[in-house]
Amino acid sequence: MSSASRLVAIIKKEVRQLRRDRLTFVMIFGLPVIQILVFGYAINTDVRNLKTAVADHANTHLSRQFLAELRETQVVDIVADVATPAALEDLLRRGEISIGVYIPFDFDRRVIDQNRSAVHLLVDGSDPTIFGVANQLRFMPIRFDTYAQPRPKLNLIEVRAFYNPERRTPVNIVPGLMGVILMMTMMLFTAVAIVRERERGNLELLINTPVSSAELMIGKVTPYVFIGLLQLAIILVVGQLLFDVPVRGSIVDLYIAGSAFIAANLALGLLISTATRTQFQAMQMTVFILMPSILLSGFMFPFDGMPVFAQKIGEVLPTTHFIRLTRGIMLRDAPLGELTPDLYYLVGFALVAMTVAALRFTKRLD
Amino acid sequence: MNDAFAIEARGLSKHFGALHAVSSLDLDVPRGQIYGFLGPNGSGKSTTIRMLCGLLTPTEGSAMVLGTRVPGNVKLLKPKIGYMTQKFSLFGDMTVIENLQFISEIYSYPASERAARIEELLTKYDLTMQRTQLVDTMSGGQRQRLALACAVLHHPELLLLDEPTSAVDPQSRRDFWANLFRLAAAGTTIMVSTHYMDEAERCHRLAILDKGVKVADGTPEELQNDTGMHILEVTSHDPYAAQGAIQALPEVASVTQLGMRLRVLIPLNIPDPVALAQRSLQDRHVDAAVTTSTATLEDVFVAVTMKSGQQST
Repeated sequence: MSSASRLVAIIKKEVRQLRRDRLTFVMIFGLPVIQILVFGYAINTDVRNLKTAVADHANTHLSRQFLAELRETQVVDIVADVATPAALEDLLRRGEISIGVYIPFDFDRRVIDQNRSAVHLLVDGSDPTIFGVANQLRFMPIRFDTYAQPRPKLNLIEVRAFYNPERRTPVNIVPGLMGVILMMTMMLFTAVAIVRERERGNLELLINTPVSSAELMIGKVTPYVFIGLLQLAIILVVGQLLFDVPVRGSIVDLYIAGSAFIAANLALGLLISTATRTQFQAMQMTVFILMPSILLSGFMFPFDGMPVFAQKIGEVLPTTHFIRLTRGIMLRDAPLGELTPDLYYLVGFALVAMTVAALRFTKRLD
Repeated sequence: MNDAFAIEARGLSKHFGALHAVSSLDLDVPRGQIYGFLGPNGSGKSTTIRMLCGLLTPTEGSAMVLGTRVPGNVKLLKPKIGYMTQKFSLFGDMTVIENLQFISEIYSYPASERAARIEELLTKYDLTMQRTQLVDTMSGGQRQRLALACAVLHHPELLLLDEPTSAVDPQSRRDFWANLFRLAAAGTTIMVSTHYMDEAERCHRLAILDKGVKVADGTPEELQNDTGMHILEVTSHDPYAAQGAIQALPEVASVTQLGMRLRVLIPLNIPDPVALAQRSLQDRHVDAAVTTSTATLEDVFVAVTMKSGQQST
């Protein structure tokens, strides 16, 4: 009875202080919106409108048709016509174009010759993304508007993207971003929460009262559970409104996964706050965990493409598991029952971290 | 266990690595009295108070605090003690009333009596005008009154105050002490650490701490009557020259200048100290009057800390 009332007292105090701390309050709601806008609009791995120049030595009906089709892919934006391949190289070197297209004078003959290439693409290889895109262009089909359709010279390889056929980046980014935003705010706020009280001297007062370690810890993190769930809603709504990001699976499943992930991060934040003595140290520690969570969780780079060592680090991070859950639920319509290993990992992580944090937090100063 | 004492400490020690913050401290604090803890910064006052309320684990020794063994199950102790930290430790981003409410909830003060108790404290500690003011915007004196109100809200039997008046003006200190006497009269035992002599003088009893060692304890009168020193007062128009003359005497234990006067401590075993001082002054042609005086607490402090310094060398 008195334990419950002490717990409520701590929760009330936290909410009150949070409301007074305008900046933090704004951060809680502003951060998800700003992040989703920044990531949604700025990170764009589907490359379009690469600046391109053309040296067309053939200048035939067929070559012009080829160029028209190239333009239609929207991958290239033809900004210049030049006379020689040397001029193309010049423009490339100066960085004015990313791709140079050289069409030899015997283009029409080469097109039907199986042994010789018809078009040379000069590509700025310094950007791997551009190189990848240019490689894709090799497989661009050429249609002939004559009746006698020769056998297509180039293999037609169709790249089909499952679940995101238009290959729109936000659809891939938002489920992952949900993990990153939640982790950032949950972990940072709790990491700083206890350290701040230590710095301000409040802790010395608190630990001299009948409040127990568990009451203090649970009381401090409870308001953030609700803030986390609210952030989840903000991200979903903004993602839906601005980027048309779908939630194909169950929203309840998503919230169950979200709760487990929030708990894991709050526990991790508390653990950090018991291991550090100043707010600055707590921030540093948070960033230390934040970086691998962004880079190795599959948020930025495909998890399967990473070296084994990096994958092992990724497996430890709660964010990795949460991103698998959100992508599964939101994009692939996977039921939570099929994703239990990731869910169990999050729950287990939360329990272990919370226990260690409560054990480490002694009601003493030495 | 003697019920007359709120605190009985035996051989209490705390070492931080090589630093012996507190060394084998024995303390007997009678119930219902104001017990002073006098000592310079770093003498182990805060460390001792923190050990007594269970915040720090003693390296050696133990204490009985209100019948509870420390170190031990200090959980039983928490509701019975009020603690005012050296650094202000209430919530600056909450109002006066919010802080009081929070403390009342934390101590599980009966809900039906909370509002009345808070009103009573606001009146007693002259905070009615500040009730909805954010604590961060209050003056040092107001904050200190709030800190005391929060420390006594749950009617503790023992109040531990760690340098409570170091950040307030003289008038606030007077008011603060008036409050302490009222609490003591109502039966609360109060342990207060200070480095102000005038505050130490107000205590019923006090202990003087120097480098973690208790060098004296007793009532202020006992301590003043038992310095083991002759106290001389030398008045001169040229106190600087007079000081030179006095310090030239190997028998002199200490000289302290107070304006035009010098307070001189000479061990009791030296016969006729007045004549001794006068001779030295005359030899150097310094015009000065020498009289005997009774010891102030400052003299006591100088005498005992000096003694402990000699013992350790």
